[in-house]
Amino acid sequence: MATLTQTAVRTRAENAPQRVRRRLSGRVASAVAIVIAVLWTTPTFGLLLSSLRPEDQIKSTGWWTFFSDPQLTLENYQQVLFGTSSSSGQMMSFLINSVVITIPSVLFPLALATFAAYALAWLPFRGREWIYIGIFALQIVPLQMSLVPLLSFFSEGVAVFGVQLLPAWDLEGPARFIQVWFAHTCFALPLGVFLLHNFMSELPGELMEAARVDGASHGKVLRTIVLPLVGPALATFAIFQFLWVWNDLLVALIFAGGTPDSAPMTVRLAQMAGTRGNEWQRLTSGAFVSLVIPLIVFLSMQRYFVRGLLAGSVKG
Amino acid sequence: MDFDFAAELPKLVQLLIGVAAFLVVVAVILVLVDRAPMRRRAWTHATILLLPALLLLTIGLVIPAVRTTLLSFMSGDGKQWVGMDNYGWMFTQPEAVTVLRNTLIWVLLVPLLVTAIGLVYAVLVDRTRFESLAKSLVFLPMAISFVGAGIIWRFVYAYRAEEQDQIGLLNQLVVAVGGEPQQWLQEPPLNTLFLIVVMVWIQAGFATVVLSAAIKGIPAEIVEAAKLDGATPLQMFFRVTLPSIRSAIVVVMVTQSIGTLKLFDIVRTMTGGQFDTSVIANEMYNQAFRYGETGKGAALAVFLFVLVTPIVIYQIRQRREALR
Repeated sequence: MATLTQTAVRTRAENAPQRVRRRLSGRVASAVAIVIAVLWTTPTFGLLLSSLRPEDQIKSTGWWTFFSDPQLTLENYQQVLFGTSSSSGQMMSFLINSVVITIPSVLFPLALATFAAYALAWLPFRGREWIYIGIFALQIVPLQMSLVPLLSFFSEGVAVFGVQLLPAWDLEGPARFIQVWFAHTCFALPLGVFLLHNFMSELPGELMEAARVDGASHGKVLRTIVLPLVGPALATFAIFQFLWVWNDLLVALIFAGGTPDSAPMTVRLAQMAGTRGNEWQRLTSGAFVSLVIPLIVFLSMQRYFVRGLLAGSVKG
Repeated sequence: MDFDFAAELPKLVQLLIGVAAFLVVVAVILVLVDRAPMRRRAWTHATILLLPALLLLTIGLVIPAVRTTLLSFMSGDGKQWVGMDNYGWMFTQPEAVTVLRNTLIWVLLVPLLVTAIGLVYAVLVDRTRFESLAKSLVFLPMAISFVGAGIIWRFVYAYRAEEQDQIGLLNQLVVAVGGEPQQWLQEPPLNTLFLIVVMVWIQAGFATVVLSAAIKGIPAEIVEAAKLDGATPLQMFFRVTLPSIRSAIVVVMVTQSIGTLKLFDIVRTMTGGQFDTSVIANEMYNQAFRYGETGKGAALAVFLFVLVTPIVIYQIRQRREALR
């Protein structure tokens, strides 16, 4: 609102020649802006429209033909979601997998990072600085560095010089989700601790001192004072982690495998793009199913998202 | 056509187990912290709160990073030491050198294009009536997975032989102006550029939002003073806007460089790394998980780490300064 009023005042203060010049450059500027906006929305629009067109039409004519010959159907969605043959997509199974993978993969790092950040920000103990710097420095490690060893940790356990220290996890069926949760939690912690620590260390120390003098335990301070105050930071971290996990392909490919038992939608779509690259009726509808949920979350929480971006919370 | 919901039940049970485990972990930690005796030194409390995170970081990142480094000096099966052989392969064999060249093209072009487009767009829509709508439109691809974006753009690039109707937008435009339809993704070296377009499409919104916020942060007095001096819009842009938002531009470039170096999904979904389009992260996946060449995969991962490290350190220092 403040910027709006400012602009209004400024426009009124301008003299006539300035206003003319402004309008001229404004017209070119608007044109360029509109071109960019159109370029940025058309591909998605084409996908959405195609996903609603009958199969033979998608494969034989471009989606723009819709405007001269409008035909819409939900058949593709029906097929891709609920079809049971292996060629149909079986997207419903993968959609459920995505949900099952995402929820714990957001909750665990959120809680563990909160605890760690609180300890690092407000508990006086020796070595605190060093531990913080250590966690902080782990942001450098690309997750490619840990894929092979972490996978063998799950499948072979830990053996040092032939002595088996930890057994293999041997996870089968739905239990495989555990290793995906585990991997996502590990990879999320450095950034999570860093972000939440930043927010927590800026809270006024007197608040916590007062509560501690009154005999409140650390658990109580954390629950009743810190959590309500860092709510927005938690929301930001949660939405970033949600988008990251939901949209992730690499971690899922390696830790969730490629079957309807545990693989998320991204893995399925990548498979379909490879083997059924011309089954556009399923690719378009399948892709749109995977886009809808993050788009809703994103649009409803855009405020936190933008705030997070500006606070530097993009996971590289 | 009869989807069996009952078959999906075990997954939902697993989800419930996961959420229950989460609640138990949180409850146990909180109870332990409440019960632990209060001393001046907060060691016990710190240990309880920090231990789970430190344990996971050690298992998930620290030890694996060390092991990957060791693996990069070993043969594919991880049984023999081969010295620098894997690194030698990376810098001499044509297929590996192509990968490095492609990665270089990506990391040079993406940050530049993303920043340029984001900046121009942010300046153009600044303080217009449709600003927030305009920004949302460009910002929206940020929510889309790279896989989803890959499919959206494969559809744009779709190819049909000349006598057929085109179904891909790009070929339709080419045909409309009298050209021949092309297989955009199969002809090197241009196909890498068509993949880069996808990344730029996804990331431009990020640049727009960050730079737009920076533009709004330019002190009004400076803008007023420049206007009073009769600065033209172009002068305003180069003499006032650009210098004032330099640090935001650096943030965008740095973030984009890191993301681009680690890029995997777009290449994987759109070409699978065929037709000379592979990049480091994709080749690392292929070597380590498809060809069983763990040593080569590890060497690529280590090289990625070496490339990313200076940029991340720079980024972290920037963040710390920004927080002060």
